[in-house]
Amino acid sequence: MNTSTHQDGPRAAPGFLRRLLRSPSGAIGLAIVLLLIFCALFAEMLAPYNPAKMGAGGRFLPPGGDHLLGTDEFGRDLFSRILFGSRITLLIGAVAVGISLTIGMAVGMIAAFRRGWIEAILMRSTDVLFSFTETLIALSFVAVLGPSLQNAVIAVGVAGIPFYARTCYAAALVETSKSYFEASISAGAGPARLVLVHLLPNVLPTMIVVATLGVSTAILAAAGLSFLGLGAQPPTSEWGYMLAGSRDYINRAPWLMTIPGIAIAVTVLGFNLLGDGLRTSLDPVERK
Amino acid sequence: MSALLSVKDLSVSLGGKTLVDGISFDLAPGEVLSIVGESGSGKSMTAKALMGLLPPKANATGTAMFDGANLLAPDTKTPRGTGIGLIFQEPMTALTPVLTIGMQLTEALVSHELCSKDEARSRAIDMLDRVGIPVPATRMRQYPHELSGGMRQRVVIAMMMLLGPRVLIADEPTTALDVTVQAQILDLLKEIVSETQIGLILITHDMGVVAEMADHVLVMKAGKAEELGPVADLFALPVAAYTRDLLDAVPRIDAVSTRAEPETETLLSVRNITKTFQTRGALFKSGAAHRALDDVSLEVRRGETLALVGESGSGKTTLGRVIARLTAADAGQVLLEDTDLTCLAGRDLQARRRAVQMVFQDPYASLDPRQTVGRTIAEPMIIHDTLTKAERTQRVESLLGKVGLGADMARRYPHEFSGGQRQRIAIARAMAARPTLVIADEPTSALDVSIQARVLDLLEGLKQSEDLTMLFISHDLAVVRQIADRVAVMRNGRILELGPASALFAAPKHPYTRALIDVAPVPDPTRKRGKRPVLQGDYPTGPLKEVDAGHWVAG
Repeated sequence: MNTSTHQDGPRAAPGFLRRLLRSPSGAIGLAIVLLLIFCALFAEMLAPYNPAKMGAGGRFLPPGGDHLLGTDEFGRDLFSRILFGSRITLLIGAVAVGISLTIGMAVGMIAAFRRGWIEAILMRSTDVLFSFTETLIALSFVAVLGPSLQNAVIAVGVAGIPFYARTCYAAALVETSKSYFEASISAGAGPARLVLVHLLPNVLPTMIVVATLGVSTAILAAAGLSFLGLGAQPPTSEWGYMLAGSRDYINRAPWLMTIPGIAIAVTVLGFNLLGDGLRTSLDPVERK
Repeated sequence: MSALLSVKDLSVSLGGKTLVDGISFDLAPGEVLSIVGESGSGKSMTAKALMGLLPPKANATGTAMFDGANLLAPDTKTPRGTGIGLIFQEPMTALTPVLTIGMQLTEALVSHELCSKDEARSRAIDMLDRVGIPVPATRMRQYPHELSGGMRQRVVIAMMMLLGPRVLIADEPTTALDVTVQAQILDLLKEIVSETQIGLILITHDMGVVAEMADHVLVMKAGKAEELGPVADLFALPVAAYTRDLLDAVPRIDAVSTRAEPETETLLSVRNITKTFQTRGALFKSGAAHRALDDVSLEVRRGETLALVGESGSGKTTLGRVIARLTAADAGQVLLEDTDLTCLAGRDLQARRRAVQMVFQDPYASLDPRQTVGRTIAEPMIIHDTLTKAERTQRVESLLGKVGLGADMARRYPHEFSGGQRQRIAIARAMAARPTLVIADEPTSALDVSIQARVLDLLEGLKQSEDLTMLFISHDLAVVRQIADRVAVMRNGRILELGPASALFAAPKHPYTRALIDVAPVPDPTRKRGKRPVLQGDYPTGPLKEVDAGHWVAG
């Protein structure tokens, strides 16, 4: 298919993008995520109002008219708040997954590479953490650190570590048992070279897919914490917190609850679809 | 006699590519037709077309008359099982792991409504007995994983024979099996053919198997029939140039060895190596211990090729890995030029590793898919040598040249290369470390015959030009005969016989060696034999005694 890229292409990147766009889930997912990033980057220019300004035009205005998605109990413009909320949502996803991914991969690769008692300690403690639900771990972390958006993100990130460690460990075990890895050992490669030059690049594709799928979980978890009042504090425009604040007005102004809910759902869907598309296009078996 | 199956102008195309191009042959009752060819020759595709198992987008033309119907016509339902049976290469995947042997055997009989459940059961037991499975009634209750590979293949054959097919297609039925088991399965197939007068189409890449089994041979290359004829004529006077090449490329176990044994000093000395693998047990039960190497000692002389021969589970690969320090031994020493490799650790070990390099069996796993070929070959130099980038590039290019690849291939990634090319790259990487000892672990068993011949030539040439010593691990006695100066025969973690290749092949002293040489298929149809000896039971495994100069046998 992509014989032309074989000659010079490092990792044949154009072929990969083409495969991603050809799968419907990959294309739709990528579109949603790109739209989200666009909103987050240009929130100031896109938003018609200051998201924190109260009483601009009236409280509980329904969608339509001057306020595209209506206003909330303080008269703040919902559309502007959603736009600014996308920033925080993306930031939460990226930072939380970044924390779980880096620590999880380090744990998984070290365990698979060193084996022996290091492996036993690392993986058994991972197993212990794995037996608690992520939300419970995140909750106890926030309980210790105190409620704030920053702490919620750290909590969600830490809670995700066992999952990434397990996945990375499994992927790394497969690679370390392949003969190219042993050939490198025979060539006299040291631990640093083995891990950085051979192990890391070969587990990375798997982990990128897992991380993309994990972004949605992290966003949901952080929104959950905010919903419980343990994450974002007022007046931050965070979707989970907005959802929580609208609880009292569910009959009077249902859009206050629906719209942030839809925003979260679409974001999660976008990352899930993108992760799915990445999985198929990075998988050498499906590639054929 | 009229033909059971008559194929005319069979062609298969898939996505604009012609995979099988105008194949014609007849198959008579009681006849064995061998289809021979290398990978990609279309031999398996031919079988699939006859079975109606082509991928949905493939298009088959021509006629294949069986039982008055054209199997290739779109509206013909292939009489799978009842008319034509198929035996696959890998017996494990042909059986469902979650159902008992009994259920799998009777399922087809019952679903084809050929008989009642009870009758199906008794017929299945009879058939298991018939294919040489001991205590068949007990086997009926067992699951596939409880049986060995050879037993599983017998079960598959029994499963096919139960339905009473008149044509049996066997696609590389013994390739995944050990040579002794292969002999038994081939004997069984032969017996079935002569007793039931079915027609057997035997697809294989092994000329030895062809010579022993076939009445007629169809040689295929790139989808086309190169030659079709009686087996004796084809081996004696091959008409097509390709057939001649194929026959020339096949290593012969009965070849006359012209190798002179180098009389040099000892390079590697393996002393009393023992290795036990502990299988993981249940929660409150410790696992079983499997002794892979049991007090093994041998010496490798500088400049020679010593072959380690044995069946799977003999410990030959473990011994190679212990010498390369990829597996740690429980006890014993590995002395390379008076350094004990088993004592080294850390940086000392890393520095010493370059002296021993490995070439692995699977060319698809032995190259890092994310590194260019150039970087893969350069790795030992990056680690050990202080070369400038230009010097490295130059050396990589010269190494690529030595293994018969172009210098421009250094920038490419492994997935762009064929199995044979990958194995050449792996050899170049081994050479880049400037080793004194190369351990080649079944380096050609995943390759086609013609490519195997070229890779063996390459290894032989490099051994001369680079002053190498080679430890060659193989299950294939014919290959060993071609490349080895001395041979060590292993079984169950013990060396049973060790001696010069010429003496060992001409006059094997140990009964196991004799049996191994006896069962190996020889590509010579005039050497047909009766029933082969069954390789089972106990062999002497005592300490090695020198019976001739340099020829050691376990007592």
